[in-house]
Amino acid sequence: MVRLEKRPSPSKTWTYLTPIVAVVATMIAGGLMFAALGKDPVEAIRIIFWDPLFHEQFASFSRPQLLVKAAPLILIAIGLSLGFRAGIWNIGAEGQYIMGAIVGAGIGLAFYPLDSFLVFPLMVISGAIGGFLWAMIPGLLRVYFRTNEILVSLLLVYVAEFILASMSLGLLRNPEGAGFPGSRNLKSYPAGHNAELIAGTGMHWGVVAAFIAVIFAYILLARHMLGFQIKLAGQAPRAARFGGVNPDRLILFCLGISGALAGLAGLFEVSGPSGQISIDFNVGYGFTAIIVAFLGRLHPIGILLAGLLMALTYIGGELASLMLGIPAAAIQAFQGMLLFFLLAVDVLTNYRIRFGKAEVA
Amino acid sequence: MSTPLLEIKGLTKAYPGVVANDDVSFTIKSGEVHALLGENGAGKSTLVKMIYGLVKPDAGSMVLRGDPFLPPEPRAARASGVAMVFQHFSLFEALDVAENIALGMENPPKMADLAARISEVSEEYGLPLDPHRIVGDLSAGERQRVEIIRCLLQNPKLLIMDEPTSVLTPQEVDILFQTLEQLRDEGTSILYISHKLEEIRRLCDHATILRLGKVVATCNPRQETVRAMAEMMVGESLHVPERKPHVAGEIALEVEDLSVASPSAFGTSLKEVSFSVSKGEVLGIGGVAGNGQDELTAALSGEVLVAPLQVRLAGAGVGDKGPQERRALGLLAAPEERLGHAAAPDMSLTENALLTGNVRENLAKNGFLDWSSAEGFAERIIEGFDVRTPGPDNAARSLSGGNLQKFVIGREVLQKPSVLVVNQPTWGVDASAAAAIRQAILDLAAEGAAIVCISQDLDELMEISDRFAALNGGRLTDPVPAQGLTVDQIGLMMGGAHDMEVAHHGAA
Repeated sequence: MVRLEKRPSPSKTWTYLTPIVAVVATMIAGGLMFAALGKDPVEAIRIIFWDPLFHEQFASFSRPQLLVKAAPLILIAIGLSLGFRAGIWNIGAEGQYIMGAIVGAGIGLAFYPLDSFLVFPLMVISGAIGGFLWAMIPGLLRVYFRTNEILVSLLLVYVAEFILASMSLGLLRNPEGAGFPGSRNLKSYPAGHNAELIAGTGMHWGVVAAFIAVIFAYILLARHMLGFQIKLAGQAPRAARFGGVNPDRLILFCLGISGALAGLAGLFEVSGPSGQISIDFNVGYGFTAIIVAFLGRLHPIGILLAGLLMALTYIGGELASLMLGIPAAAIQAFQGMLLFFLLAVDVLTNYRIRFGKAEVA
Repeated sequence: MSTPLLEIKGLTKAYPGVVANDDVSFTIKSGEVHALLGENGAGKSTLVKMIYGLVKPDAGSMVLRGDPFLPPEPRAARASGVAMVFQHFSLFEALDVAENIALGMENPPKMADLAARISEVSEEYGLPLDPHRIVGDLSAGERQRVEIIRCLLQNPKLLIMDEPTSVLTPQEVDILFQTLEQLRDEGTSILYISHKLEEIRRLCDHATILRLGKVVATCNPRQETVRAMAEMMVGESLHVPERKPHVAGEIALEVEDLSVASPSAFGTSLKEVSFSVSKGEVLGIGGVAGNGQDELTAALSGEVLVAPLQVRLAGAGVGDKGPQERRALGLLAAPEERLGHAAAPDMSLTENALLTGNVRENLAKNGFLDWSSAEGFAERIIEGFDVRTPGPDNAARSLSGGNLQKFVIGREVLQKPSVLVVNQPTWGVDASAAAAIRQAILDLAAEGAAIVCISQDLDELMEISDRFAALNGGRLTDPVPAQGLTVDQIGLMMGGAHDMEVAHHGAA
């Protein structure tokens, strides 16, 4: 008989080992799936995990993509992880991402064609404020009317998508765009362009912001009273209240910071890699970041690695479907396996497996 | 009268890391009240759970009225004539008495018939109870009656009662004992679990004493002194807390006209609670569980905010200040529930030391935590209060109840409060740890702190209090000097028989 037995204290070893075990298990199960599809599993795994970084031909294109895709994921996931640790569930980062992009790009385009070094910083600040305000809607509704922030933040994603469509067709439409939907391209407006900082690396201001967010979150959680209160509120709400944590203030802080970071991610995306506000501007970073946050165990360094890994499976997945003709659905299943195995193996942090009958210690 | 009803032979049950019952054997005779005596963690609960079919023994056997007895589930135990009244009631507050009883039956009769049966049985055993009252409106004593009547409807041969008097006033205890004596006289055996020795001496014919899972003694409680039984139970001579005479100082904490609505529908709202405690004084607040103890603790700790002047610390209103601000001013508290309220279960002892200690122990500078000082503070608590743990890195949940309670009390005491509020400081704690905690509280008072000790353990309150008051339905009686109070007077302060009609009119 196999039993699970609760550990007296969470295992330190397994906290670090679970992501590695999960990745290895995903490779095995995913390999089996690829084999069942009639593809060479070793080659498929190599294309997903190795080629984007080291293939002679593709790496020069896909390596910068790694940072471009990882940066918004990490930036958003860092913000979400603070709330998730406190038991505050912002599921609507996608909407805050869109609103940050719209407000930031809108402010930038309002100054077009002014050439001032102040335009871009102003756009960054407005992007953060856009995401922050959009996240305040579920925050204030929860604090004052006890609504459920999961539902409200999620539903506001769809509202944000309609605002995005309306903006690309109306207010922000490029006046010189021959009537096509979509805003002026910020790539052709140097003062408002989030350009690559080092050519050929994919490094842009959003990547810098993501790294700063990781460091900021790490210090907050490890060394600051507020980080301690966040952990406390998530683990033992009554003890948190006893310890003097104001739950309402914590809700507003966590939703606000995650909204602002998602808004920043949106701004850096719209002013850089994407270049313009368009109807299909958002590609689901806000939702994928939820997976990244959990894959990284809600720990800043973990999220940094998980964001890079997730970006890698995206780029590698695209490469694999291109080169081996693996269906896109199989790639998504592969990414799903990663989360599945992580959550499954995660049990071992708090439980140990015992074989045989209950024994006497 | 002396034929064996239930023979227990060599029952053994082990859980990972602990042997809860080790080769336990004893016999319950027909028509006797048999006491099962032991400290928390001695294995009493595990043993009765095996008799009631909730836990399967690893080894050993039981014989009930000559037949082998090993109930796989409580239903089988009930069918064999074993009934149990748990310490924690399993009643639905929104349903009435008859509905609650019907829910626990295999084939409930029609409601009208059941109600009639309930009235009949309750009359017969002197436990008046209206079958149509909503359970949420009943006192703890009346709720216990519901559980007892639920058992009596099964005509049990053996009735197991787990700590039945912990929720009763002394007057209600008298009524219960008369019922139990009547049952015994009719031939029903009762297995009575308790650690209250005076009650056992009054009620029980025979006692089996458990310590660390083993039977260490059997005795006739009527022929033993309370002290002798206590020492059998604990296995060592008991340390009685010392008290130094207290000189009345100036008033440290004043509570005036404190009314707080309870957040939950069946909670107890505080009604016009007023009292004051002076420096060096211990005010004991007694009362049956659920009469506003948690609400009062929360209003004093700052988890619930009230008007500024309703709570005054050294004359200054602090009612509108949160827990951390009150800590800064010297008002500290230790709530009843250790895991999840006084301490975060999954966090380390260092983090838990930080939980309340950061203000007075300067564990944070400009919001940045000083982990090495926090660890030092945790280590001082562990050393000073003999907390048994490998070190401050261990999670709070890995500590035993008594050790965690010593940590929680030690954490507040070491911060040198001017006023300390403790709720159930020794609940679920073994006797030697309880003595250590009481001594720490008394020492703190001797150094000039004012103490408010909320507890349901009357012996504890009598041992450490200078003055005594009781909570009853959210109201607090006027505090009176504790010295010379009789059990009867205390009982009346706690609400007497809670308007439960005096049963047994001349019967017993």
